[in-house]
Amino acid sequence: MQLNGYKPKIVAFCCNWCSYAGADLAGSSRFTYPDNVKIIRVPCSCRVDPVFILRAFGGGADGVMICGCHPGDCHYTSGNYHTRRRMKLLFSMLDYLGIEKERMKLIWISASEGEKFASAATDFMNTVARLGENRRLGDLRCKSKTEQN
Amino acid sequence: MQKQNGTELKNKAKQLLQNKTVDRVAGFCAGEFAYDPSPCVFYSAEEIEENMIYDCFCSPNFSKFLVKETKKPGRIAVFMKPCDTYSLNQLITEHKIDKDKIYIAGIGCDGMVDVFKLRNKTGSAILKASCDNGALTVKTPDGDMTFAFDEVLAERCLVCKSKKHVYYDELLCEPSFETDTGRFDKVEQIEKMSADARYEFFRSELSKCIRCNACRDACPACTCETCVFGESSSGAESRENANEFEEKLFHIIRAYHVAGRCTDCGECSRVCPQRIPLHLLNRKFILDINRFYGVYQAGETVGQIPPLTDKNESDPEV
Amino acid sequence: MKRIGVFVCSCGSNIEGAVDVCKVVEAMSKEPYVVYAANCKYMCSSSGQELIGKAAAEYELTGIAVCSCSPRMHEATFRKAAASAGLNPYKVEIANIREQCSWVHKDTAEATGKAITLAKAAVSKLCRDEELYPQSFPVTKRALVIGGGIAGIQTAEDISNAGYKVDIVEKKPSIGGKMAMLDKTFPTLDCSACILTPKTVDISHNENVRIFSYSEVESVSGYVGNFTVKIRRKARYVKEDLCTGCGLCAEKCPTKNVPNEFDLGLGSRSAIYIPFAQAVPKVAVIDPDSCRMLKDGKCGLCSRVCGAKAIDYSQKDEITEEKYGAIAVATGIDPIDVTPFDEYSYKNSKDVITALELERILNAAGPTNGRLVRLSDGIRPKTVVFISCVGSRCTEEDERGKTYCSKICCMYTAKQAILIKEKYPDTDIYVFYIDVRAPGKNFDEFYRRAAEKYGVKYIKGMVGKVCDENGVLTVKAADLINNEQMMIGADLVVLAAAVEPDKTAKALASKLNASIDGNGFFNEAHPKLRPVESPTAGVYLSGACSGPKDIPETVAQASAAAAKIIGLLSKNTLESDPCTAHADELKCSGCSLCANVCPYNAITYIEKEFRMPDKTVKIRRVASVNAAVCRGCGACTVACNNGAMDLHGFSREQILAEVDSICS
Repeated sequence: MQLNGYKPKIVAFCCNWCSYAGADLAGSSRFTYPDNVKIIRVPCSCRVDPVFILRAFGGGADGVMICGCHPGDCHYTSGNYHTRRRMKLLFSMLDYLGIEKERMKLIWISASEGEKFASAATDFMNTVARLGENRRLGDLRCKSKTEQN
Repeated sequence: MQKQNGTELKNKAKQLLQNKTVDRVAGFCAGEFAYDPSPCVFYSAEEIEENMIYDCFCSPNFSKFLVKETKKPGRIAVFMKPCDTYSLNQLITEHKIDKDKIYIAGIGCDGMVDVFKLRNKTGSAILKASCDNGALTVKTPDGDMTFAFDEVLAERCLVCKSKKHVYYDELLCEPSFETDTGRFDKVEQIEKMSADARYEFFRSELSKCIRCNACRDACPACTCETCVFGESSSGAESRENANEFEEKLFHIIRAYHVAGRCTDCGECSRVCPQRIPLHLLNRKFILDINRFYGVYQAGETVGQIPPLTDKNESDPEV
Repeated sequence: MKRIGVFVCSCGSNIEGAVDVCKVVEAMSKEPYVVYAANCKYMCSSSGQELIGKAAAEYELTGIAVCSCSPRMHEATFRKAAASAGLNPYKVEIANIREQCSWVHKDTAEATGKAITLAKAAVSKLCRDEELYPQSFPVTKRALVIGGGIAGIQTAEDISNAGYKVDIVEKKPSIGGKMAMLDKTFPTLDCSACILTPKTVDISHNENVRIFSYSEVESVSGYVGNFTVKIRRKARYVKEDLCTGCGLCAEKCPTKNVPNEFDLGLGSRSAIYIPFAQAVPKVAVIDPDSCRMLKDGKCGLCSRVCGAKAIDYSQKDEITEEKYGAIAVATGIDPIDVTPFDEYSYKNSKDVITALELERILNAAGPTNGRLVRLSDGIRPKTVVFISCVGSRCTEEDERGKTYCSKICCMYTAKQAILIKEKYPDTDIYVFYIDVRAPGKNFDEFYRRAAEKYGVKYIKGMVGKVCDENGVLTVKAADLINNEQMMIGADLVVLAAAVEPDKTAKALASKLNASIDGNGFFNEAHPKLRPVESPTAGVYLSGACSGPKDIPETVAQASAAAAKIIGLLSKNTLESDPCTAHADELKCSGCSLCANVCPYNAITYIEKEFRMPDKTVKIRRVASVNAAVCRGCGACTVACNNGAMDLHGFSREQILAEVDSICS
């Protein structure tokens, strides 16, 4: 999927028990979503370290999704509650630093929500595509690419 | 201006050694310049009498220093200003300091001088400095100068969060209270700026970073055995073997790793040679935690669970 | 040296249809460390697995990347294949190029490109895979069954028959559950008590079974094979071992007007009581809220008349601690509260009753001795209206009811209609329904018999309102087939209330670390393939705790859960999943942040001696993970600031490698 020839890179961390299964269900139900969304399987959304997210952005990702079980449904009972706090604070910090908050998203997707996964991935892709290439996070300390050129 | 003078502390220190309460005392001795007293450990009354000083330049937070000191045999006495005791509690919570090996004498504090501010104001070398009666008198090659204390006080002292000692074995001053000085004002002001302006502000600030790691080394919450940002075995202790990623994201991760554990002692900003206001990152986390999960002051008591390792079903959604 | 084999599955045309598998093979064969790449029609087939074996031997592979369907589908298959090829089974990674690629992306170029990216990410992760080995730990050969209804009884019976010890914990004073309250059962119309009682009596005499009645699970710790459960034995104020169940105490008790729970409050009991005639254990219990002795210290009559000297007013709740290898949840279902359905006048009229209340009324041992009468005036009703789906199949917005079908209502409604018609053929019976759902052995025949042979009037349509005007009930309804409004003067209205999980289920689930769904039913480990296991290892689901079920289905599932438990208890040791957290002691600073977030209390701290380079010894506090308790969620790994805590199978290095591979 492209927007004006620009194809954002999106990394989606999916917990094994709910969201990854939800993405599988999107597949077996043939709900399509953009191919630039690539999924990384983690046991639980609470395995997602802010470092992973920042590393993805640093490496050139334009958007990062973290998908977990709905609150109360965590396979490990409380993992997603930890994820929620961690991401709330991390996203708020990045926003504070002037980095578009819309580039990161925490979504609850159950194993039965194949359609929700597909539509969430599509919506997120569109949002990120509108924001354009991710420059800010990668360049927070250095001069922006345009300035360098 | 510090409430206890050097003589008072000296006498106390000598007494603690003489009556065998402790085996050694941590304090300050004169540095190379008038404004840079350095932390040191005294083993005898004679050393104390000869070298120990205390004045409005004795800023460093002694709590982190105790992590290594308490691994040594014997008990050590430390004079602590109120803000230091919060960091101390946090370190005790994290099993970094053994309470049995410390003796804390709480000392009153009216704030410490910001040396950078002072040097900017004097514009020339500081040969001698003395603080008295709410004013600081500085001797320079160009003559004496006097400043009102508020003019040269460190930012963290201007917005001091608490005059209360949350840990002590003995108080040398009157017990005091937490204060409300609007320390989040600047954070809230930044929050109100546009995203572009925020980005520009932090980019220009963080661009100054030379990755000297002074902030990390001074931070009482940074006490990992090894740091994610390189290890001493790499032979680059103070100049990390940084790859590009670490370069860019160092400050976000640094602040994130201490979020919920940072007591807002302000050491990071104090030691930054580039004058980056690093406390603005830490305070943002503190403010957010207060907003989302209820008011929380790290280090207030021993045994608190830091908000980032706690949870509640009814936490707000992202 | 890493030598990686990449196997690209076509999955018939499932993958091949959208992904150019040849291009994937070609691209992957050029990747670093990849020494072999091939395509196969079906990797999961025996020929596909043979291909893995052959290539592993021929190319001396050290790791295997399979580009195929979801790892949730065949990860175990390929791990086994790797193991039989002589590799460590954890040196296998799967690129999901079916569910997450060929099935969702139609454009071949896009799908092929993504498949290659995913395959590369899998190889990057694979390059960092460690060889992992499961740990083994012992199994306590005793099972706990929570709930003493027909499900719990059946599970316990089957486990005990296999020679293992079982304890049943039942919160009520007697086992028997809902089935003990029923009159007859569908579709055979045999007497519920007649088929249940022999089982309850048998189980009480079974020497492998202990029954903790009037008890509740207080806390659960441990893990599969090694649970430690604290059981609260509520004070009965009657010594269970001395009471003979003669019932004299209840007869003499001066407090007689307490609503009888077993009769749903339609009848009354005394303050000291035996719940019902066939109660097991047949032991009296004192209700402390109504007993004069316990409330005011004045009475003591039961103690005086008890020949067995079984009364003990000073009894306190006791906590006993037991060890179990497996736990079966058999907490069952309850009818919902129908009072919020104002339109049916349940609150206002004594003659609007629930189906379970009707069950007690029809029961010969019930409050009316089995005579069908109106509770308001004791007169036999001539016109009875059944309303089905009360609280079932509600819309999401209707908070009074449930969105699901309660499954059993259609059949018990038909049963109750037949029972009334058998006894009182002149009764006019109407049944209002949305659909009649009767898909079971002899079920549809049974329902048709009610409608055709007994002349029960089935009307498709919902009841809008039941009006109670001076004791006269009027049912206002719509007949959707004849498209007309109906007004029926009814003597009795019976509501087929939806069923919901037992009230204690939610709290129990959190004690067990088992998950429940939005409706409060226990989640299955897999809804189709593992219906009697919970996702929590060692916790099994018996009967209706996982969803509404009738008796035969409940019993079948209870036996299935028992079979699973017997399988577990028959093992002397269990092997744990090696994908657990572990602390690097050289990096760990013992700060305890990780233990704060561990949901299983798997992390403890030890003081450990370290020999330093200068030959001195340093003692440091470091984290230690109990691999048998750790389930591998990874919460601790993120709480750990310097990466001392890491997770086997999903290590920091592995995930970062995937991130880098995808982003590059």
